[in-house]
Amino acid sequence: MDVRVVPRPVERGPGAGTLVLRVNGQAHEVRIEPRVSLLDALREHLGLTGSKKGCDQGTCGACTVWVDGRRVLACLTLAVTCEGREVTTIEGLSADGELHPMQAAFIAHDAFQCGYCTPGQIMSAVALLEEGHARNDSEIAEWMSGNICRCAAYPNIRAAISEVRDAAGGE
Amino acid sequence: MRPLSYARVSDADSAIAIVRENPDGAFLAGGTTEVDLVRQNVLQPRLLVDINDLPLNRVEDLPGGGLRIGALARMSDVARATAVVARFPVISEALLLGASAQLRNMASMGGNLCQRVRCSYFRDAASPCNKRDPGSGCAALVGFNRGHAILGTSDKCIATHPSDVAVALVALDAVVHTRRADGERAIPIDEFFLLPGDTPEREHPLEHGELITAIEVPAAPVARQSIYLKFRDRESYEFALVSVAAAVRIQDGAIAEIRLALGGVGTKPWRARRAERSLLGKPATEASFAEAASQELALATPRPLNAFKVELAERAIVRALTTVATGDAR
Repeated sequence: MDVRVVPRPVERGPGAGTLVLRVNGQAHEVRIEPRVSLLDALREHLGLTGSKKGCDQGTCGACTVWVDGRRVLACLTLAVTCEGREVTTIEGLSADGELHPMQAAFIAHDAFQCGYCTPGQIMSAVALLEEGHARNDSEIAEWMSGNICRCAAYPNIRAAISEVRDAAGGE
Repeated sequence: MRPLSYARVSDADSAIAIVRENPDGAFLAGGTTEVDLVRQNVLQPRLLVDINDLPLNRVEDLPGGGLRIGALARMSDVARATAVVARFPVISEALLLGASAQLRNMASMGGNLCQRVRCSYFRDAASPCNKRDPGSGCAALVGFNRGHAILGTSDKCIATHPSDVAVALVALDAVVHTRRADGERAIPIDEFFLLPGDTPEREHPLEHGELITAIEVPAAPVARQSIYLKFRDRESYEFALVSVAAAVRIQDGAIAEIRLALGGVGTKPWRARRAERSLLGKPATEASFAEAASQELALATPRPLNAFKVELAERAIVRALTTVATGDAR
């Protein structure tokens, strides 16, 4: 008889357990329940409050971070699923005290009013240039549509992105 | 969110076994619908089995020109896969007109097919909803149903199927491949999506613990000339009011082959078979397209708030077919 032996995976929870999250190049140990979102883990457990909680249901983009280099929504990601992956937040964007060119361009173009959506906008914008979908304003608008700005700073956001694209000798 | 347990697995057999053993267990892929609905208490799994490490994320060519799309391939990766863009543009376009860049990076193809409806009465975890709480009634029948379906409805449920890419896949006769405890099976995609009828809580024929492994798209040279046209309340990042997946081959001025499916109007991705039949052999003219569209929409059951979808769908069909027939789809 053909009996298949199925390996038993390790089950975590529902109580809190320790897990290691790599965020902005550093490993952090956190003690959390499996139901905790990546966003709450970052904000409430690691003190990284740059990523913002807007809707907490995947519609606004304020919580945009990168997991393994791809922009995703931290509110719809369970932190426990990020073990073994590389998380990058807005705090990881500047280097040696220098703002990332996109951060500088947002300031130069006044690409915000209240600023609450800005970290998500910037994390999306940098990824957007990597993806190569910023050839013109309408393409930028389409590929940034997952980041809502209640203050409607959209023209200035697009101007900031265009400037960084052009400065990089981009498309 | 209620407390829950979590296990990450790296092979399909373990994933299937552990979900089967747990009546309150569920697979977790991209999580874009699932985490949201768990947080809103619409879904109440006690165990999430993370399948993201399973080796099911490739897009492969099949001999003869078909495609095999791994169930865990992300929407964004499928949309830009060379074979998809070149041979099945309707799939790529449907993917890119859905959700946002972030969600497309997260959401898996198998999860896309299993995504739940956006009916606000289903999602509020409080209103009567036969899908969430069988037998409780349907608040949408007399409620705010502007976005709801006009095709395939029943007096138990009128929720619209929300997927875009599923509309393209239905037009292309895709096949959903699954694995369960006693082996594998292949489900034609039009049978994968169930009409609500008297059992709107059943949306697909999957058993508990049955895992989608791949979506196969058979070769379809007609799809090289294909289009996905989508109308919605805002320009981007919104579900369809009406959408059309269309592919046409014209020979000597007449329609020799046609694929037509509708989104935003059906309780399932809607293959417009009546319109297809009416168009075969007909001249590729706006008049034939309009006649076929009106035949398909004659099946509609509109309600006061969504009656506009009938004419919108008819016009969208004509626009999509005209565009694709004149060959300037791109």
